[in-house]
Amino acid sequence: MPDDLNWAIGGEAGDGIDSTGKIFAQALSRAGRHVFTSKDFASRIRGGYTAYKIRSSTDRVQSVVDRLDILVALTERTIDENMDELHEGSVIIYDGERTEMQDVEVPEGMIGLDVPLQGLAEEAGGAIMQNVVALGAACEVTNFPIENLDSALEKKFGSKGESLVENNKQAARKGQEYVAEEYDHEFDYDLDTTDNDYVLLNGDEAIGMGAIAAGCRFYAGYPITPATDVMEYLTGRIERFGGEVVQAEDELSAINMALGAARAGARSMTATSGPGIDLMTETFGLVAQSETPLVICDVMRSGPSTGMPTKQEQGDLNMTLYGGHGEIPRFVVAPTNIAECFHKTVEAFNFAEKYQTPVFLVSDLAMAVTEQTFEPEEFDMDEVEIDRGKVVDEDEVEAWTDEKGRFQPHFPTADGISPRAFPGTDGAAHMSTGLEHNSLGRRTEDTEVRVEQVDKRNRKVETAREEEDWEVREFGNPDADNLVISWGSNEGAMREALGFLEDDGIDVRFLSVPYIFPRPDLSDDIEAADEVIVVECNETGQFANLLERDALTRLKRVNKYNGVRFKADELADDIKERLEAEEVRA
Amino acid sequence: MSSEVRFTDFKSDKQPTWCPGCGDFGTMNGMMKALAETGNSPDDTFVVAGIGCSGKIGTFMHSYALHGVHGRALPVGTGVKLANPDLEVMVAGGDGDGYSIGAGHFVHAVRRNVDMTYVVMDNRIYGLTKGQASPTSREDFETSTTPEGPKQPPVNPLALALSAGGSFIAQSFSTDAQRHTEIVKQAIEHDGFGFVNVFSPCVTFNDVDTYDYFRDSIVDLEDEDHDPTDRDAAKDKILDADKEYQGILYQNEESVPYSELHGLDSNMADIPDGAPEGAMDLVREFY
Repeated sequence: MPDDLNWAIGGEAGDGIDSTGKIFAQALSRAGRHVFTSKDFASRIRGGYTAYKIRSSTDRVQSVVDRLDILVALTERTIDENMDELHEGSVIIYDGERTEMQDVEVPEGMIGLDVPLQGLAEEAGGAIMQNVVALGAACEVTNFPIENLDSALEKKFGSKGESLVENNKQAARKGQEYVAEEYDHEFDYDLDTTDNDYVLLNGDEAIGMGAIAAGCRFYAGYPITPATDVMEYLTGRIERFGGEVVQAEDELSAINMALGAARAGARSMTATSGPGIDLMTETFGLVAQSETPLVICDVMRSGPSTGMPTKQEQGDLNMTLYGGHGEIPRFVVAPTNIAECFHKTVEAFNFAEKYQTPVFLVSDLAMAVTEQTFEPEEFDMDEVEIDRGKVVDEDEVEAWTDEKGRFQPHFPTADGISPRAFPGTDGAAHMSTGLEHNSLGRRTEDTEVRVEQVDKRNRKVETAREEEDWEVREFGNPDADNLVISWGSNEGAMREALGFLEDDGIDVRFLSVPYIFPRPDLSDDIEAADEVIVVECNETGQFANLLERDALTRLKRVNKYNGVRFKADELADDIKERLEAEEVRA
Repeated sequence: MSSEVRFTDFKSDKQPTWCPGCGDFGTMNGMMKALAETGNSPDDTFVVAGIGCSGKIGTFMHSYALHGVHGRALPVGTGVKLANPDLEVMVAGGDGDGYSIGAGHFVHAVRRNVDMTYVVMDNRIYGLTKGQASPTSREDFETSTTPEGPKQPPVNPLALALSAGGSFIAQSFSTDAQRHTEIVKQAIEHDGFGFVNVFSPCVTFNDVDTYDYFRDSIVDLEDEDHDPTDRDAAKDKILDADKEYQGILYQNEESVPYSELHGLDSNMADIPDGAPEGAMDLVREFY
């Protein structure tokens, strides 16, 4: 009786795929089951194949796999699109009366459940509830208590009135009863429920929540997939804490607004994706040169140019590391899972203010559109610490003034971090500029001052290297000869891949690295291993290149850039193959 | 803040590097006087500027200031003001900065109606890059990049502002110190986005839109019985291409600034030492 479930609903965009999937994911989560979701979607509003997939287990799940047990197919194409993942015994729920499904043939070996979704929905009060009928049918197939679905329906429709909730509950029951009566079949599923109390959220939401927790009060952004959820999350919430979200006219405006708010003393952020980061690039230098604390979030998607806006990639690393003319110190932090999106966002704000630098918070589409269950304690607000760095008040200003009584916001301190006075502080009025400047913030072309200020700004990075804990998350066998390193959202798939590799007798030590710059020194780890593979969703191996430079050695790589995130079982195969390969890719 | 503030308190100890005779001296002096006379002090004032001759203003004034990138001063000012409503925010720009590279931001800043003052030093030429046509240059104005003139009509910034829902639209002449100061003062006191286009002649590169030209052609709206609250009358004046007006062309007395509409009244720099009260509710929403 399998307890693991790989479920999906697919159809055309506009079929309500997302909200239906989310309802089922919530029902599973409310039943104390772990959930990991993923989405296949196209860059269009209506039409085009789209799917919402759920992997669920009472154990923790943190990646997608190449396996689909139950598929709610609203269109024939849905079956074709998922053929690779369907297997013998997979259950396909469909409505044979639906136009798109009239010629459907359930592949041999699979169980087709033809359920009049629309008809039953109409009986319950409206055709629009046809997807909920399918959810009821799925409950029957999986022996999953339908009361959990009720609770998710209440959450979804509660604000729209009691009768709507009741109708939906009825619709679900009609689906359940139809399958029970019409298909006298013993299904192999028995989904356990537990008393665990999970929360279900995606990476963008975790970033937004982290921002509010960290005291972010100002957000300016421009809508772009897949970063928009950050803005949507903050809108309506940040106001409760005295903050504001501004939808700017473009990304240039967004980052400059965020810079202005940061300059005024607010914790401030903007979030965008690749093309938006391109537009913001000019201002990176201004942020760094004026030593303004700012969190710039890049939720990566497939590039270059407009690329594949709804597909996964980790291709912007070089952009966040090197984007902008001239040379500027900046931090690049890349959360490795959804909970980390929360924690690293809090940390990003602390870095930004402690070191008065731009901090790039780099996430990706795979995390942004994925929902995952967590214990609420993993987002413990009591543990959030705020470090605003060297902010001076009016009593401290004098200590930082020159012989003429002028405040020196860029004083070249030993640790490279200068005093910072919020506007409105008496006696500290000063100029900030993107021009090279002296300690007063005034323009200079003096060669010595130039060198002094460049060194001062870069010294902040050295200070951070010494002061902060550049932790690495370690999994697998610490003594294994094979070392796999990844960054960003690959952690989940890789952790599960360890199990598959172990089954094949392959022992792996896995390091998941959340810091790109400054980053932990992995040279010794690389040196100690026989084989080192760097896993990332891009073609050129941007992170591998960095590590190679650090360790002065050539590393093997597993790169995926077809627009789809790593799947655990597939990743295990790739690693196995790479370990067996003799030649390192030139 | 206090009546003891004098306009010279807004002067930095750095001497302006504008060309002798530049209109920007008068424009800046009027800004400093207006700030002092409206009761502001350098410590509660934030001046934002972009790039070009106008962009240097933050260096020559004494206040909190940011000298940013080309054309983006208005978004910066917006962020500053929304984050701390107690600050007096003044944004300075030039005709290139504001109406060319920053034109998009200009239109949106106008319609956003954040309570700040935008002063544009309009000399109808690019000065710092040594004499190319600007968006407000005349159609037949010969420059190094437009030897036969731009052959396109100049931008009418006042018309842009009016059509975008501007709540305070004014124009002044930098050398008419008293009127210019008065107009900027009213822009500061206006509840919302106070926009002042200032004729600020470039004595080095523009031999057409000169002090003499403006002195001879300018018409003061105070002499015309113009009612600035009458939007139709403002429209007629603004679209009148034959005259150079000085004064307040339009003021919406009902103007409600962005912060008030959005209920923003606190300084966003003030945050608690840890996550804010009630932050755990954010987690519970995900059940």
